Amino acid sequence: MQALTNRVKEVNRKPMSFMEKLYLPAIFKGMAITFSHIFKKKPTIQYPEQKREFSPVFRGLHVLNRDEEGRERCTACGLCAVACPAEAITMEAAERLPGEEHLYREEKYAARYEINMLRCIFCGLCEEACPKDAVYLSETFAPANYTRKGFVYGKEDLLIPNPKTDPQGLAEARGQHI
Amino acid sequence: MTILAFDWALLIEKLVLIAIIVFGSLGIALYTTFAERKVAAILQDRPGPNRAGPFGLLQPFADGLKLIMKEEIIPNTSNKVLFILGPAMAMTAALMTCAVIPWSSHVELFDRKIELQIADINIGILYVFGVVSMGVYGIMIGGWASNNKFSLMAALRGASQAISYELAMGLALIAVLMLSGSLSLKTIVGEQMAQGNLWNIAYQPLGFLIFFVCALAECNRTPFDLPEAENELNFGYHQEYSSMKLGFYLFAEYVNMIMSSAIMACLYFGGYDVPFLDESTLAPNIAALIGVGALLVKIVIFIFIFMWIRWTIPRFRYDQLMNLGWKTMIPLALANMLITGAVILWRAGG
Repeated sequence: MQALTNRVKEVNRKPMSFMEKLYLPAIFKGMAITFSHIFKKKPTIQYPEQKREFSPVFRGLHVLNRDEEGRERCTACGLCAVACPAEAITMEAAERLPGEEHLYREEKYAARYEINMLRCIFCGLCEEACPKDAVYLSETFAPANYTRKGFVYGKEDLLIPNPKTDPQGLAEARGQHI
Repeated sequence: MTILAFDWALLIEKLVLIAIIVFGSLGIALYTTFAERKVAAILQDRPGPNRAGPFGLLQPFADGLKLIMKEEIIPNTSNKVLFILGPAMAMTAALMTCAVIPWSSHVELFDRKIELQIADINIGILYVFGVVSMGVYGIMIGGWASNNKFSLMAALRGASQAISYELAMGLALIAVLMLSGSLSLKTIVGEQMAQGNLWNIAYQPLGFLIFFVCALAECNRTPFDLPEAENELNFGYHQEYSSMKLGFYLFAEYVNMIMSSAIMACLYFGGYDVPFLDESTLAPNIAALIGVGALLVKIVIFIFIFMWIRWTIPRFRYDQLMNLGWKTMIPLALANMLITGAVILWRAGG
């Protein structure tokens, strides 16, 4: 019969030979294979105790950066939200008041900055879009949560520890993130 | 006053022995479930359960607790009496086998000679076969009482498979009986322990192979686990069961595995015999302890092989199963029996 495609595979329909009918040689061969797996190295990573090493370009959870003096870099320009293909980022801008210069780097800042981690596809376009070096993708991923609301990360979840007031916390976070 | 003349010490001795053996085999069965998961994991390059307790050793208790705490569902179209009888029979039949297995020679305690066997009846192996056949009723009744088509199909498969393979098993056994001339398991083991005699495996390699394959089929183990074929029958004969009734079915399978391992060890691998060791030179109590150890080691090895096979070989198709049983195993067993008989006659004559 003319084959319709060139990917046709002949099926061997010959009756089984005597050796095949014995089943035993094939069974022993299979058992030898499984036995050899006893001595193989197990690729399992014991998760909570052991963590997989990520490559430096891994795109994980976002962090909101501060500058050396501990001021938030974000100016709520909205470029990250525009760049986001999953529309995961929401923000509200506010004006810096006199006396808040130690908190915010520029005259405008993000009063609310939320990323929905269920929407986010971790493409890193927000990181690329940011003109102020404010948003970065770290090397951790979102832990499990009980509610959908729990996956909407606000500013308190995203901001890195203040290098001025909490240098130890920052060092600890650096060990895990960035 | 005749009742007081009864040998009360014997009664107590036997009751203690029964308790030890039944709870012992249940305990081993508990850990066999754990071993199954561990062996499966290791053969598949996984670490297996390792969270409950050190090395996951408390896992079987967690599993058992889970099964007990589950909601007990009895389908309202089922036959309730039979529905409950099914798992009970499966478990009873599985545990009854241990009555005739000689766990070791005798110990001497309190000036008494205590045989480490619940009952040394002279039809021991026949009793085993009778009880094993009862085990089929557990599957059959459970599957039928569930009033579920899949369960019924699975029960039918289980019953026909057990019946087909019991035949070949019995025929393979006859060759052993010809060698030892006794149905008592104690005598069969004693024969193999005697000076100058080798284990039966040396005389009956083919017989052992047939017996082993049939034991796999009798225990519903892969590659003969057709009654539990998830992909064709959803779950098998225990599909409608929940909670501890399901646990009983699953447990009975493991108890069956232990018992058939013990019987294979007794019939073909010298039971509680330690190779190259003359037990009669040791103190009886020490010899008995070593014997128990030897038998347990043999059982563990057999159970490992059962599991090793399970995680290697895929399931047989139903027609292949029947072909293998009726067209290969039975003729082979018959030939084995005839050849054994001929050799025995020839050696007796010559």
